Amino acid sequence: MAERRIIYMDHAATTFTRPDVVSAMLPYFTEHFGNPSSVYSIARVTKEAIERSRIQVATALGAEQDEIYFTGGGTESDNWAIKGVALANRKRGNHIITSKIEHHAVLHSCQFLEKEGFEVTYLPVDRNGMVSPEDLEKAITDRTILVTIMYANNEIGTIEPIAELGAIARKHNVYFHTDAVQAIGSVPIDVKAQNIDLLSLSAHKFYGPKGIGALYIKKGVRIENLLHGGGQEKRRRAGTENIPGIVGLGRAIELATADIPGHSARVAAMRDRLVTGILEKIPYARINGHPEKRLPGNINISFEFIEGESILIWLDDVGICASTGSACTSGSLEPSHVLLATGLPVEISHGSLRLTLGDANKPGDVDVILDVLPKVVSKLREMSPLHQKTEKDRRCDV
Amino acid sequence: MYSDKVMDHFKNPRNVGEIEDADGIGEVGNPSCGDIMKITLKIKNNIVVDAKFKTFGCGAAIASSSMATELVRGKTLEEAWEVSNKAVAEALEGLPPIKMHCSVLAEGGIHKAINDYRRRHSLPEWEEKNLHIHDHDNDVECQH
Repeated sequence: MAERRIIYMDHAATTFTRPDVVSAMLPYFTEHFGNPSSVYSIARVTKEAIERSRIQVATALGAEQDEIYFTGGGTESDNWAIKGVALANRKRGNHIITSKIEHHAVLHSCQFLEKEGFEVTYLPVDRNGMVSPEDLEKAITDRTILVTIMYANNEIGTIEPIAELGAIARKHNVYFHTDAVQAIGSVPIDVKAQNIDLLSLSAHKFYGPKGIGALYIKKGVRIENLLHGGGQEKRRRAGTENIPGIVGLGRAIELATADIPGHSARVAAMRDRLVTGILEKIPYARINGHPEKRLPGNINISFEFIEGESILIWLDDVGICASTGSACTSGSLEPSHVLLATGLPVEISHGSLRLTLGDANKPGDVDVILDVLPKVVSKLREMSPLHQKTEKDRRCDV
Repeated sequence: MYSDKVMDHFKNPRNVGEIEDADGIGEVGNPSCGDIMKITLKIKNNIVVDAKFKTFGCGAAIASSSMATELVRGKTLEEAWEVSNKAVAEALEGLPPIKMHCSVLAEGGIHKAINDYRRRHSLPEWEEKNLHIHDHDNDVECQH
């Protein structure tokens, strides 16, 4: 069988690990394997590697070296930030504010805390997926201890007004956490200028390895530990350090933030040509998310009268990897909570497709999608009872 | 995730379309739940001589509709009524557990179309076993 080229358009799910990053990691599996907590001198090498990586992460975020803590990934960072701040500050209050479009790592952490007696406000978003600073201001009470709003949305790519939201939280003396898992490498981040107290990130979203992330905790933030055990990470995060992962994270974030404007422009150029082409060739299609304030690689598009999974299977058949917010693929029958929060009707939410571009793509990939996708959509519409009705309705209207 | 048979019926669906002068029409599902099936039957001398479908839904929904129309063609109404969701799923060499409702929907579409025919001919309607699932307004799996 002829080898077919895979077109990977699911960078928001995960990315390949850059060969450069892998090379940086390799010596820490075989040669420099010493446990950094040990006394002997070979352990010093790993200890130094961790601190180098910590500096790399701190530099990328505009943070101090000792404000970076390594974790097992974005999910752990979110859990730690939210539960840790809630538990450490419960004497001050029991109110948390988040948004309706957060990642489940945030939403489910908040729901867990609700069962423990905390109160959570889920801020709405507008049709583009934007949280309103006015809404946040209104939602803050004297019982509020934490605001957690994602930097950029994983499904629709909308970039939230983080600096503004952070300023409001700070004005009210409330901690501000942001899940920046999708944002690293796509938008410049400066935790000091943007009034961020806690920030979650995960290496495998920016060409680093899986299973390693970090939480930025601004100096002075009161937070409980999530994991208890050994004294690693200044007694804040127990567990023997994932040295190769930490080294990979450091190198990956350095590479990802070296030229954000240039990188974003390259990806956005492919993305924009793809969007324009899809809208030209396929009727009854609409772009979800913010028209401008969105991640450079993100396309989220709804095709009326058809269902998302059936689009994915056809795309997969020709080697195109994409994703959908629609229910069927995620194992539940519910459509995307993000699309529903933007006010998209349920039936249209079912027909959504997410294409996320990045470094695995070449401009030619756009042409392949533009060739394949209209055929797939039209084939599925031909067998859709909804499409036919609309055609009839239109004829009646004339 | 899907069997070869499901993929075959998804990619090369049999009996797509709508019979213009159908003798029985069954539409089940709800767009807000992500699936709608419309089954049309041509019935002569108590036999299903033609069956077609139009479906809005996932891969399993399309494959289930295709298989269900294949299974009822050439059968008497009594035999066609007995084509269960299990039979559809088995003929497809299995469906993932979360997709079983697609085969239930296909069975429901066939039943609705047969009862539509019976109603038109002033025959008593047959009782549907899984009415709560056929009727997506009360579907436990989909609350929209």
